[in-house]
Amino acid sequence: MYRYDEFDARLVGDRVAQFRGQVARRLSGELKEDEFKPLRLQNGVYLQLHAYMLRVAIPYGQLDGAKLRRLAEVSRRYDRGYGHFTTRQNVQFNWVGLGDIPDILEFLAGEGLHAIQTSGNCIRNVTSDHFAGAAADELMDPRPWCEIIRQWSSFHPEFAFLPRKFKIAVTAAAHDRAAIAVHDIGLRILERNGVVGFEVHAGGGQGRTPLLAAKIRDFVPETDILDYLEAVLRVYNRHGRRDNKYKARIKILVHELGAEEFSRQVDAEFAAQGGHEKIALPQAEIDRIHAYFAPPDFVPVSAEEAALFDAAQAADVDFAEWCGVNLHPHRQPGHASVTVSLKPVGGAAGDATAEQMDLVAGLAERYAYDDIRVSHAQNLVLPHVPVVHLYALWQALEAASLATPNESLITDMIVCPGLDYCNLANARSIPVSQAVAQLFAETKYQREIGRLHINISGCINACGHHHVGHIGILGVDRKGEEVYQISLGGRADEKAAIGGIAGPALKAEDVPGAVKRIVDTYLSLRRGRDEIFIDTLARTGMEPFKEALYAAA
Amino acid sequence: MPLLKDGREIPNDWVFVDGDAPIEGVRAVTVPLERYLADVASYEGRNAPVGVRLQPEDDPDALVPHLDRLELIEISFPKYTDGRGYSQAQLLRRRHLYRGELRAVGEVLRDQIFYMNRSGFDAYETARADLPSVMEALREFRDAYQPAADRRVPAFRARHGNL
Ligand code: HEM
Ligand code: SF4
Repeated sequence: MYRYDEFDARLVGDRVAQFRGQVARRLSGELKEDEFKPLRLQNGVYLQLHAYMLRVAIPYGQLDGAKLRRLAEVSRRYDRGYGHFTTRQNVQFNWVGLGDIPDILEFLAGEGLHAIQTSGNCIRNVTSDHFAGAAADELMDPRPWCEIIRQWSSFHPEFAFLPRKFKIAVTAAAHDRAAIAVHDIGLRILERNGVVGFEVHAGGGQGRTPLLAAKIRDFVPETDILDYLEAVLRVYNRHGRRDNKYKARIKILVHELGAEEFSRQVDAEFAAQGGHEKIALPQAEIDRIHAYFAPPDFVPVSAEEAALFDAAQAADVDFAEWCGVNLHPHRQPGHASVTVSLKPVGGAAGDATAEQMDLVAGLAERYAYDDIRVSHAQNLVLPHVPVVHLYALWQALEAASLATPNESLITDMIVCPGLDYCNLANARSIPVSQAVAQLFAETKYQREIGRLHINISGCINACGHHHVGHIGILGVDRKGEEVYQISLGGRADEKAAIGGIAGPALKAEDVPGAVKRIVDTYLSLRRGRDEIFIDTLARTGMEPFKEALYAAA
Repeated sequence: MPLLKDGREIPNDWVFVDGDAPIEGVRAVTVPLERYLADVASYEGRNAPVGVRLQPEDDPDALVPHLDRLELIEISFPKYTDGRGYSQAQLLRRRHLYRGELRAVGEVLRDQIFYMNRSGFDAYETARADLPSVMEALREFRDAYQPAADRRVPAFRARHGNL
């Protein structure tokens, strides 16, 4: 994991002092709210329905025990004892007082955490694969480049007042768990003739105009990537639309120009950079950052120990069930990546109490090489766990309601805060997710259904990623009534697609039944268990699902 | 409106002459880019200083042949949230090595001045920030992660002995 040196620490410390001054000027009335707004936003402070909300950055989802414990302490001291992990691998505190925020930021800085550029029209927190550095299907660890991009984009003087927010995601695995197709820039790390580089995608995004990113470059060598990103950002900063907030994302520019013309303009800007303008990151710096991400000293797992793990599964069906669902293959023999589910049936997706955070922190230190990630599906991940520790780990998680065996199953929903917290919402999201989860609570049933992503947003801003849910649920306002539009066929991985709207919106109480009819249709149509929901849908088309969906109406 | 430069408040001897308005008397003026380009020769032959005021949509590359003769380029921020001026400044300073005064005009607020300075501005016309607070803003960060148009050594070089 990257650790701050004196430069990082000083930058973050200076930022805290700067924001302390800005808050003081706001509280004294020297700054008007409209002048303060972009300043607080660049520090992750939103004004929500009930209170100020603070969004803390977790760069590429990377935590360790000490950092997670610090987040727990923030929620205890300054909030209501819980935090909300988001789809951008960040964490939000929903009930903080504005006057406390400088102290919170200072407290976070002590552990190498900050809220820099977690909102506002700037380059946001870089996101990545939550199994980075562990997954069996990855070419290399993408985190060193995420960190390099984090540093380059932090306090970038040219790109702090972009037309709109800007999100970069990086993956290096065959299976894209970073959703690069729905980001402003999506980077896929490749190797060509021994040279590391990036396939560059641009112009993806969700919100009210969902668009998939277009590939604008097959290969940018690693030595050029920051200069190339500067070129993309400069073209966007100069030519992105500023006349209409809803048309200001880079996706609109790419779409209006066409991907070819856009990439031509980027290439022209890149070619115009003089030698003295190049960033020219020294190899020593690239090496320095990579060194922080060296794999842990994996303990060898003996055959006897592996046998113990098998025996534990044989003896305890609940444990075996959890192992069958929440483990991900690790590249190191005798190890697995564990998903710590923040989706208990009846809970709010992504919420964790201070006690739960403390517990996971301690478990990571004890059993998992002190490495923790936040996933974009709003769960926590322990990327490296020797199989010998899994049973003890599971028991501890289970006792804290953190062992729901539902990773990537139907109750592992992505859900935005919705009308319960958000002042932009049209409808509630959390209660709808709870009602759906209730219907599918039984693990055996969920496993029978298999991989199925339901994503729920409380309005068209799409914070809950409904466009890329296999089943997407969007809250809309129909003459003062909260109703829900269902879309089908979205996906966020390497086969990314935007879901299609299935038909007229439904009342909240009809949503669980509608989902059930979709699932029943799938179960009746699939060619065996290996054909997951989204593949059946791709094969049959939407018709049979639509019919089932509206049959009862 | 106060004009801040080099750590001081200085008198503003320049006037901006918009559109086709006539230039009165022999005084230092800035004019819109289009107007300047339409009649470069006559501006260059003038016996008083001439500068150009860029609007956010203007392309600073158009000034490249004339940069040596321009004493002042003003970059306009009609709204402080419109960040195009930062790119214009970086292009003028870093790409085209413009050495005259680069002045931010329009909605110039205290908390934008640090980034403006890094992007290459050296003068700020601002109704909303006084000298002490601007000087404070310029010192708020001691380090920088990336190269820009100022002299700060980026952390990735400083870490390795200014490599
Ligand atoms: C509760 C306060 C929140 C507010 C006011 C808010 C506001 C917004 C707005 C206005 C957009 C649309 C922006 C655009 O299309 O340019 C948006 C998009 C988004 N938000 Fe939020 N949001 C909130 C919370 C969250 C949370 C909790 C998450 C994660 C669970 C989240 C993740 C996202 C994502 C992933 C997008 C889509 C970005 C894209 O279009 O590519 N937001 N949000
Ligand atoms: S999707 Fe809408 S309701 Fe949900 S958090 Fe985003 S802005 Fe709020």
